[in-house]
Amino acid sequence: MNGWLSALRAIVAREALRFLHQRGRFLSALVRPLVWLVVFAAGFRAALGLSIIPPYQTYITYEVYIVPGLCGMIQLFNGMQSSLSLVYDREMGSMRLLMTSPLPRWWLLFCKLTAGVAVSILQVYAFLAIAAGFGIVLPLAGYLWAFPALVLSGLMLGALGLFISSTVRQLENFAGVMNFVIFPMFFLSTALYPLWKMAESSRLLRDICALNPFTHAVELIRFALYQSLNGWALFWVASGFLVFFLLALWGYDPARSRPGRD
Amino acid sequence: MAEALRLEHVSLSYGARQALDDVSFSVAPGRFCALLGPNGAGKSTLFGLMTRLLVTRSGRIEIAGHDVARAPRKALARIGVVFQQPTLDLDLTVARNMRYFAALHGLSGRAAAIRIDAALDRLAMRERAGEKARALNGGHRRRMEIARALVHEPDLLLLDEPTVGLDAMSRKAITAHVHDLAEDGLSVLWATHLVDEIGPGDDVVVLHRGRVLRQALASDIAGPAGLAEAFLEMTAEGGGA
Ligand SMILES: Nc1ncnc2c1ncn2[C@@H]1O[C@H](COP(=O)(O)OP(=O)(O)O)[C@@H](O)[C@H]1O
Ligand SMILES: [Mg+2]
Repeated sequence: MNGWLSALRAIVAREALRFLHQRGRFLSALVRPLVWLVVFAAGFRAALGLSIIPPYQTYITYEVYIVPGLCGMIQLFNGMQSSLSLVYDREMGSMRLLMTSPLPRWWLLFCKLTAGVAVSILQVYAFLAIAAGFGIVLPLAGYLWAFPALVLSGLMLGALGLFISSTVRQLENFAGVMNFVIFPMFFLSTALYPLWKMAESSRLLRDICALNPFTHAVELIRFALYQSLNGWALFWVASGFLVFFLLALWGYDPARSRPGRD
Repeated sequence: MAEALRLEHVSLSYGARQALDDVSFSVAPGRFCALLGPNGAGKSTLFGLMTRLLVTRSGRIEIAGHDVARAPRKALARIGVVFQQPTLDLDLTVARNMRYFAALHGLSGRAAAIRIDAALDRLAMRERAGEKARALNGGHRRRMEIARALVHEPDLLLLDEPTVGLDAMSRKAITAHVHDLAEDGLSVLWATHLVDEIGPGDDVVVLHRGRVLRQALASDIAGPAGLAEAFLEMTAEGGGA
């Protein structure tokens, strides 16, 4: 069991080091949500009259509404980034080093996943700190409550990335996948608008959003930030994690891998 | 004592293309065995199967007595691998690269440090432990990879064309180092298409178009004309082309 933990520590440390080496990645991870927060939110605000819906107990500004969605966005991007680096690792061969370890493959993939989640949570808290600097301060305990929610949403989005990386054979194909996954997932969710607002424009749109696992990740984070638990979102995110992770394990099963350059 | 490596009737196809056809051979403990074959012979494919990156239903592979299909983790724990393509983190130091690998084998702390030092010593790489992998030349990078493959004290060392792209000096040094490891009791399977890396006392398995043409002592295969001639002759007619 000790050996399993050493592997976990080493894989997380390697991922964290690599992330810190890539200043550009850290910066863009922070700038992206901040642009939304500062530029777009100001423009959208007028258009959106928000009523009081749980977990909020007072009227809130649009900036406050989109903070959880932007936390989710950071994790969504990070999940795809880590899966991109997995594809890269596979082309570069370091994935083989991982896969020929005598530890069980599911554990190795879980370690990879955990490493990605750790990095994404680092980014989320950095973002929340900067947002606080802009005056968007959430309940203090909410920052603590959000932690387990972020772990779970990070796991689900990371597992999705892991699964995608197992199906994408070459780096060149990745950009397309990113556009087909990230943007629909983000825009067809409650990150930018609540469900009732969606329903005003289209019933179908609302239903799609309600089925989008990313919606539930965002809602889990949103409720946690206000110290409450959204049980339905928790159920969705946990199931989403399980399903995506099982798919990823299937994707990385050597019995069905087509031998390629790797 | 079980053989370090035993393959029985191993076949694999990529779609319609048969890459390995009924391959059987074995490596005895403490022997240096060269897997000699021209490009496209199926050497890397065979390595994929031995390290369980690939799986096939036909045939059987045993490493130190462990069936790769039935006890993959036990089998993987017994082999050290150096892949054809380098696999190191260039931005990390040699020591960090080694520690990362040790941890993947469940080793950490002092136990790992002692083994890492010992492995680097065996390849005369200890004084480079603090250097970034990027700062090493090709030969030293390869030596680091070989040292790394020894950290968990495997029974069998697998190397897939480990000297490709190196200059003559580094090639010679690495070939000599690995022969020394075999002298010290390690079993080695060394894939290559270059006969000058093989000593007269080494075992040789000649692989061509996915088939084993011969397994024998190098000096027996060589005959009067020398190994290079014998190899050329075999692969010219043996393939049925
Ligand atoms: N992913 C693959 N798909 C189809 N054919 C492949 C693949 N990998 C290798 N091959 C073919 O299998 C044969 C053996 O290849 P390989 O094992 O790489 O040989 P070697 O390592 O001896 O040069 C070659 O004919 C090669 O073209
Ligand atoms: Mg090869």
